[in-house]
Amino acid sequence: MGERGPRPKAVPTYPELTCHSVEDLQILDARPMTSYKVDAAMVACYESEIIPYWRGRSLRDQIFEALPTEWHQAYGAGIFTEFMEQRAPGHTVLDDKIYTRGLRDFMADIQRSEAALDMAQDPEALDKREQLRAMTIACAALIRFAERHAELAERLAGSESDPTRQRELLEIAKVCRWVPAHAPRTFHEALQYYWFCHLGVITELNGWDAFSPGHLDQHVWPFYQRGLAEGSLTLEGAKELLECFFIKFNNHTAPPKVGVTAAESGTYTDFANLNLGGLLADGSDGSNEVTHLLLEIIDEMHLLQPSSNVQVSRKTPDAVLKHALQVIRNGYGFPSLFNADAVVEEQLRQGKTLEDARAGGCSGCVEVGAFGKEAYILTGYFNLVKMLELALHDGRDLRTGEQLGPHTGDPATFATFDEVFAAFERQTRHFLDIKIRGNQLIERLYATRMPAPFLSVLTDDCIATGRDYNAGGARYNNTFIQAVGIGSLADSLSALKDVVFEKGLVRLDGLVAALDSNFQDQEILRQRLLNKTHKYGNDDDYVDDLMLRAFQFLFGAIDGRPNGKGGAYRLEMLPTTCHVYFGEVCLASADGRRRGEPLSEGISPVQGADRAGPTAVLKSAGKMDHIKTGGTLLNLKFTPSLLAGETGLESLQHLVRSYFKLDGHHLQFNVVTADTLRKAQAHPDAHRDLIVRVAGYSDYFVDCSKALQEEIIRRTEHVGF
Amino acid sequence: MQNPEGLVFHLQRFSLQDGPGLRTTVFLKGCPLACAWCHNPESQSAAPELLTLEQRCMHCGSCVETTDADSVEGCPTGARQRVGRSMTASELVTEVLRDRIFFEQSGGGVTFSGGEPLLQATFVSGVAAALQANGIHTALDTCGFAPTEALLQVASHMDLVLYDLKLMDEARHREMTGESNGLILTNLQALAAQHPRIWLRVPIIPGINDDAANLAATAQFAVQTPGIQRVDLLPYHATGVAKFGRLGLHYRLEAVPPPSVEQLDAIAQDFRAQGLNVTIGGRP
Repeated sequence: MGERGPRPKAVPTYPELTCHSVEDLQILDARPMTSYKVDAAMVACYESEIIPYWRGRSLRDQIFEALPTEWHQAYGAGIFTEFMEQRAPGHTVLDDKIYTRGLRDFMADIQRSEAALDMAQDPEALDKREQLRAMTIACAALIRFAERHAELAERLAGSESDPTRQRELLEIAKVCRWVPAHAPRTFHEALQYYWFCHLGVITELNGWDAFSPGHLDQHVWPFYQRGLAEGSLTLEGAKELLECFFIKFNNHTAPPKVGVTAAESGTYTDFANLNLGGLLADGSDGSNEVTHLLLEIIDEMHLLQPSSNVQVSRKTPDAVLKHALQVIRNGYGFPSLFNADAVVEEQLRQGKTLEDARAGGCSGCVEVGAFGKEAYILTGYFNLVKMLELALHDGRDLRTGEQLGPHTGDPATFATFDEVFAAFERQTRHFLDIKIRGNQLIERLYATRMPAPFLSVLTDDCIATGRDYNAGGARYNNTFIQAVGIGSLADSLSALKDVVFEKGLVRLDGLVAALDSNFQDQEILRQRLLNKTHKYGNDDDYVDDLMLRAFQFLFGAIDGRPNGKGGAYRLEMLPTTCHVYFGEVCLASADGRRRGEPLSEGISPVQGADRAGPTAVLKSAGKMDHIKTGGTLLNLKFTPSLLAGETGLESLQHLVRSYFKLDGHHLQFNVVTADTLRKAQAHPDAHRDLIVRVAGYSDYFVDCSKALQEEIIRRTEHVGF
Repeated sequence: MQNPEGLVFHLQRFSLQDGPGLRTTVFLKGCPLACAWCHNPESQSAAPELLTLEQRCMHCGSCVETTDADSVEGCPTGARQRVGRSMTASELVTEVLRDRIFFEQSGGGVTFSGGEPLLQATFVSGVAAALQANGIHTALDTCGFAPTEALLQVASHMDLVLYDLKLMDEARHREMTGESNGLILTNLQALAAQHPRIWLRVPIIPGINDDAANLAATAQFAVQTPGIQRVDLLPYHATGVAKFGRLGLHYRLEAVPPPSVEQLDAIAQDFRAQGLNVTIGGRP
């Protein structure tokens, strides 16, 4: 029960964060894919009221005004993106706290925290009092929001002639009178309580990746067991409630974006990601009957949202993994699979307690976090291939002619591969510094001007510290930079090392000239670079060592740098769809990629470069130390024929278990044929239901851009023979 | 320490049909038979060969007026390839152990196929023994046409033997493969007396060996031989036809259609009725 707007799929625009222009609204309304209906009355309201007030006052406008020229130049050149220029810090997931306590209990905690403030000794006490009072107001508002649903249901029941429907309405009213004010007593109340919290969080601020219940199967398991034992719940009843719950998620599209982000991320998906299986806080297996029930629902409904993943630990029964693989094999791209043991280890490395790490999991695409206890902020994607391009041009961006980066030397003077790598390192450090300086400023603006008091109620230890989620109130505060294109980078480095510095087939300045001209009249050279150099994804140490060298450098350059909230910066390796946009702003590269073509995605090999089969891909990817990241993304595409029968299923299971033994973080599968995709491209109307795994999420294939469609088709199909 | 050399033409990782679990199949070059339906004609010659993948060739001319070695090295698209590379036993062991974690997870291992591995008996024994010493499951995929001594010696380092049984009629066998089946059948009996884990591999080639008499004789032989754990029916496919052209060889068979699912099921049923454990395509 409950929607964010007056009807399903209605979505607010949050002008206080980012104020759409009239043109933005018209484009959103008219564009053929993932359009948003904007009527004339709305446009008129924007023109007369919203734009005149918010233009210049929206946080996006404030951020852009405050950021220095160097940041704008790099941002405009496609060196990095910035998540928080359009949406608030979010990316967060709830733990188990709402299933044993009502909002009235949290309000009591807030009262106690306020009473304990020491106005005489604590210089921040006044700020804290404001924050705590805002939290109280937010709790009361959500309780009132639920009561209004109860009132409407009672009113409708009064005029309802069908006795079955009348009973349902009265049941709804009863549930909404009880939660979120009180701790839930039934399966129905547990789901409804979460849903009210979800609406509260996504209405309060347009936070990234909406919100997620996290380990849903673990959280509702006690209610499910008790309901079935007492006879108040049936299996069918539980399934229907969960299906309604899924429909609620699917009703809520991502708020529409503006500017360059619209090009990067054209999707309705709002990235809420359910975690199934995994571990309990005590370290035992977290899967249960509800895990299987949810997998059944995912298979039957195959909705775009919510996304789902299975957290696979050493203790996860094969039956759970196999069930997940059966669903994956049906071709909808989800659930994705995570290594629950690695997820724990990654968090321990960041300094979290063992219990908090186990109760954590993954959100958005692949990102780790301590559920209900962490503000884990994604700051934006970082274009690795552009760094090498700048290193080969003495810091100049050939697309604009601007001297974008530092002078790192004329490539004609580089006598060794190490000099190229050193120039790459210098360019990267320079732009990481620009990005991080910008982020410190953005985080500060959010901390002081855009509090999230309701989300703070749900996130430990904001009540205890009297601080906001956006101001360091959470127990853990990590800030992530997402590096994009490691496969393309590794292959380019390997080609340079091999062809220029070892075999001497072409001089470096000659190769750079060929790249600048997009290989004009240089097809033989391009073919050699494509076919006769070492490629990441083939378990070939020559190039995998270069991937590792770049990874270790990036880790050293990012990990542990302090952020503005008492936490640290961390490295992630995931692209969403940004590898397409980043490819568009890059010249041709030394791996044989033409100008403008997409970069490799996540930690996957360059599309089509992996020719030794899936075990070799997993071995190459497994050489990276995933434990040092906050998440990596690996995509494998299979044709259904390879996975047919019990043998196919078992083979897949062994691939997953083996990769996770190598400490791989995440694995997902596209189970479609290229032929099917081509048909869908030619006849989109007949294939509207075709869902493909895009990056950390799935999307309707026909809704993807032509470039992205082509890229998905090219990803290597692993055909067995 | 001896480190024999062998001639390998392909390493197939993530191989699912040549024994249990996830495997790497080592294809060895050179074969004493010349089966008309061969789908790996590049395996027949015991010497390295050059081949050209026409659809990859960009007609750049790099390979014209140059040595064979340079034409392969200089080909920018990889259309010009050398089939067959020399490897020492220790090199091959290192290479196949790359997938060790997958073997151990899945109960898989390494399968020696070809070509005919028994033509390189010393090399194959050396590699297999080293793998067994590492706890890796080994399998031999053989046509059985080799000195009995070589077969038994190599098989002693194998956890499993996949043994081809193509045609039971001696004259027909000679006609289609170039050699008699006499040695193959006696070798199988000698092997069965020593080795407890044998899977028979029976290609099903319409018009060649799918007649009732041949199938009945095949089943009967399988029933009478101890140690036959299972029989894999391998449906004929035409993927080898294009390879003959690339090597400049002639393909002898007229257009043979692959056997139908119904036909394969019927054959499998007949075999099962005689108490045999049967798979189609090697996938249970």
